[in-house]
Amino acid sequence: MATAVAEVKAEKASLGSTLWSWLTTTDHKRIGILYGVTAFVFFLIGGLEALIIRAQLAHSGNDLVSAETFNQLFTMHGTTMIFLAVMPLSAAFFNYIVPLQIGARDVAFPRLNAFSYWVFLFGGLLLNASFLFGAAPDGGWFGYPNLTSKQYSPGLNIDFWVIGLQVLGIASLAAGFNFVVTIINLRAPGMRMMRLPVFTWMTLVTQFLVITAFPVITVALVFLMFDRFFGTTFYSTAAGGDLLLWQHLFWLFGHPEVYILILPAMGIVSEVLPTFSRKPLFGYAVVVYSGLLIGVMGWGVWAHHMFAVGMGPIADSVFSATTMLIAIPTGVKIFNWLATMWGGQVQFRTPMLFALGFIAMFIIGGLSGVMHSSAAADLQQTDTYFVVAHIHYVLFGGAIQGIFAGIYYWWPKITGRLMNEKLGKWHFWLSFIGMNLAFFPMHFIGLLGMPRRIYTYSPELGLDTLNLVSTVGAFLIGISVLIFIYNVWWTRRHGEVAGNDPWRAATLEWTIPSPPPPYNFSVIPEVVSRLPRWSVTQMKAIPEVPPEPIHLPGGSYWPVVTAFGILVMAAGALLHSLWVVLLGGAVLVVGIYAWAFEPFEV
Amino acid sequence: MSDTARHEHQGHASTGTYLAVAAVLTIITLVEVGVFYVPAFQPVLVPILLVLSAAKFALVVMFYMHLKFDHRLFTLIFSLPLLLALGVAIALLFLFGAFVLG
Amino acid sequence: MTHYTATGLDSRKLAFWAFIGSECLLFGSLISTYLVYKGRSVRGPTPQEILNIPLTSVSTFVLLTSSLAMVLALAAVARGDKLWSRVWLFSTAFLGSIFLGFQAYEFTEFVHNGLTITTNLFGSTFYTLTGTHGAHVAVGVIWLLTLLVRSFQGKLGPDKALNVEIAGLYWHFVDVVWIVIFTVVYLIQ
Repeated sequence: MATAVAEVKAEKASLGSTLWSWLTTTDHKRIGILYGVTAFVFFLIGGLEALIIRAQLAHSGNDLVSAETFNQLFTMHGTTMIFLAVMPLSAAFFNYIVPLQIGARDVAFPRLNAFSYWVFLFGGLLLNASFLFGAAPDGGWFGYPNLTSKQYSPGLNIDFWVIGLQVLGIASLAAGFNFVVTIINLRAPGMRMMRLPVFTWMTLVTQFLVITAFPVITVALVFLMFDRFFGTTFYSTAAGGDLLLWQHLFWLFGHPEVYILILPAMGIVSEVLPTFSRKPLFGYAVVVYSGLLIGVMGWGVWAHHMFAVGMGPIADSVFSATTMLIAIPTGVKIFNWLATMWGGQVQFRTPMLFALGFIAMFIIGGLSGVMHSSAAADLQQTDTYFVVAHIHYVLFGGAIQGIFAGIYYWWPKITGRLMNEKLGKWHFWLSFIGMNLAFFPMHFIGLLGMPRRIYTYSPELGLDTLNLVSTVGAFLIGISVLIFIYNVWWTRRHGEVAGNDPWRAATLEWTIPSPPPPYNFSVIPEVVSRLPRWSVTQMKAIPEVPPEPIHLPGGSYWPVVTAFGILVMAAGALLHSLWVVLLGGAVLVVGIYAWAFEPFEV
Repeated sequence: MSDTARHEHQGHASTGTYLAVAAVLTIITLVEVGVFYVPAFQPVLVPILLVLSAAKFALVVMFYMHLKFDHRLFTLIFSLPLLLALGVAIALLFLFGAFVLG
Repeated sequence: MTHYTATGLDSRKLAFWAFIGSECLLFGSLISTYLVYKGRSVRGPTPQEILNIPLTSVSTFVLLTSSLAMVLALAAVARGDKLWSRVWLFSTAFLGSIFLGFQAYEFTEFVHNGLTITTNLFGSTFYTLTGTHGAHVAVGVIWLLTLLVRSFQGKLGPDKALNVEIAGLYWHFVDVVWIVIFTVVYLIQ
């Protein structure tokens, strides 16, 4: 299984063997690319759903889509963007960048990493296959019973959702364990915890949230699945059950999930800002500690999603207070970012523009979030477009802009070519303007009384103009994404060759060629400071050619086989066929054993 | 490997300790079941049982799972989620009125 | 192979502790649900009517004893004692199977007495919680038997002690979960 360097370089082969090599790859860089490309396709699908939603709402009394279709669209838009776009786009960076930033040759468990990707892909395909059956999930992304109970949703729609999310949970959990261990254990000599780049730190916090939060939603989903499949009574009020159990379990997961979505973007911004301000991050330790604090406090705020259900004054006060408190570490980070730029030589390259956009938009989203912390105010805002405005400022203005900052920033590292600046700036400004046109009016639309998730509205509401503005903004975002795609295509052929370090950045990933060789580092670097490339005490140079042969793990097809077993089990559950489930289980068991006993040296 | 192996194995307890822990676990279990059947203990049954089972939990985790002797990182990576789970359980019981109704 | 790690700790063991941490939240959610729904069933059978304390005390003792066998198995493997590592591995798996037998008997009895997973909230939460635990025990038994086979193949020397240690961590964790379940489900009614 050992592969010498020379053999890897000789790898130029037919289409079949290329496909095979991607199918069996355990290289974190290739898996990162797979994550990125797959998640971007899902991002486009989720975006298309958003555009149809906005087209339907462009004016009152519209009948572009039916109410049923509309329900499916907003459910799949939310589910897709959260689980199939933002999370895996972040995962693309975890995979590609984290090992490079800590000076490692791969992740701790390369095959588990491949397994995560394949399970994610299969879970995403399964969820979207529901469209082929005309039965896409339609119960909203938080799937409250009894709306999602068998009685009110007898079709396959919710089954797809319940099973698809469980499959995706497996992928996230597997990746979570992998990255926690990778970051703790695979750091190069001298890379102490307090020398880790902030992006890697935020990845660690994110993965800790993943491994603690996902079991909770898994339990909630299992209860719902049992209720639907076997007639249990978890969410049946007639049997004495309480619908709030779902809401509590869901938001126990759901709020950490919010930080799972935003912390990686915060990490990316913390890399981009110092590079383009030509200054180290202001208050590194404070940024790290506030990230940790957000990770822990993120567990104590979940019920602020439920003020409207009447939890009583004590619970309402406690969750109001914790929600206001969590704004503090978040605000601390923002001040640190601003102070990083203060007095720096700020260069407005595309990644920097997106990072600045992130800060500005995240402040707006954060402020409307703190408004929700007041239970009394929240009662006016719950289930209106005000909440939709808030989450989009946080998740589009925040997470997606952060991710685009990361894409423009690390694209030269990943592909070896710099993206076109002019097209990048067009992308940024169009998406920035479009986003504010689309989401800012929603604050007013909501406060003026338009509920979310309603497929149309009457002209008497007087919200036609604001809704039209919002729709125009959404299509501007769509155009900006097309410009990005064109930029990718253009860069492939005409992009300026990047070299090792086009941005003159500080962290380890810029010490090696772009794209990095399969072994990443010809020799494992010895880290002497937090900013290895900027510090006075220079680290030893990394030779271009490895001084001695490097052992690389070969590929393995057992991860994809094992993942396939899970897909078959999920399909069997959907079909209510025990035999198919058992068949999938058999594939899974064979996969696990073959995996465990296959000779594979990391 | 040899360095790591030595480091990890010098920490394990001896067979005698394992047997002693097993004896204590058995005794606690007997006490638990005994307490359960004695009517006099009924008013304080819940706190007694919770303390006893926490003691068993701690014994197994510390000795059988070697956390007492192992690297502190393992304790950290286990106890943080454990505390979260405990906090979640207490919070849910509170939210669903378990402490009010008794 | 010498493996450098930044902490000097084995990556698999670290990952497994993280996994156990994650499992805390899984069982935490299941146990919380059981407790939250306690006494809310609108019809019987209730826990008081149906739970068999003497029987479960015995099965609890069996599971606790299996944990002792597990640590002895690890010690035997670590010192390269083939015979005793096989004896203790087998004992652990055997005692685990006995526990599963008790659980199967208990479930069958309950169904005869009119408690199924759909009867009431108690049935739904009880079977889901103890069933999830039982599934974990079953996986553990299969894992231990696999190790036993590896031992007979002569592939479980002292250099593989870590494999046994990790299986042991899993086994003890499942035991610890049962300690909690036995108290909050069976004894605190």
